[in-house]
Amino acid sequence: MVKPTRVTNRIRALRFAHDEMTQAELADRISVTRQTVIAIEQGRYSPSLEMAFQIAHVFKVPLDEVFQYPGSQEETQ
Amino acid sequence: MTLEERRAWIRLIVSVAAYGGYAFVVLSRAGDRPLAEVPYGAALLWSVGGAILATIALEVVVAAARPASLVKDERDREIGRLGDHVGQAFVVIGAVAAMLMAIAGWDRFWIANVIYVCFALSSVLGNVAKVIVYRRSLPQW
Repeated sequence: MVKPTRVTNRIRALRFAHDEMTQAELADRISVTRQTVIAIEQGRYSPSLEMAFQIAHVFKVPLDEVFQYPGSQEETQ
Repeated sequence: MTLEERRAWIRLIVSVAAYGGYAFVVLSRAGDRPLAEVPYGAALLWSVGGAILATIALEVVVAAARPASLVKDERDREIGRLGDHVGQAFVVIGAVAAMLMAIAGWDRFWIANVIYVCFALSSVLGNVAKVIVYRRSLPQW
């Protein structure tokens, strides 16, 4: 059964908050294609945990400020 | 479009063209005689060899005409695995069908052709799966 991903992200907002970083710049920083960054931003691809950490490191924020999962906020409170 | 997506398109188009060309040649030679009597060996070898050479040539030409990033990332690898997984089923079906046909004493024409049609289906459907996933999203099971 194919299910849509429930993981959401704030990559687009974080890019704009970091000197309007382009998708190509972010892709270069984490050694992926620009199309992969686009797919992640649009929720069409869930990155591996390692790539997710690399993205968080680029923006110098914790992982859960980049990626969110429904219900994870209430569970951690 | 990533380098790997371009490759999937090229392989899809070449596979369809190569098998279509082969089928056209064999069917046009048939006339009124049974298909199993049609000479097919040279056409089949030219089709397979031509497809390999055309794929290499087109990849070189397209890469030279429109340079793309040479990066192959984890998404490319996952999509590649999914496409290979889809295509692999047809290779197995072809091999099993050819084995059973050989045991049953079928004509060599049909054995060679069932193998080739399954190779062609493997390539076409594997690359169709890749192209669809590149355009949409990787399925989550």
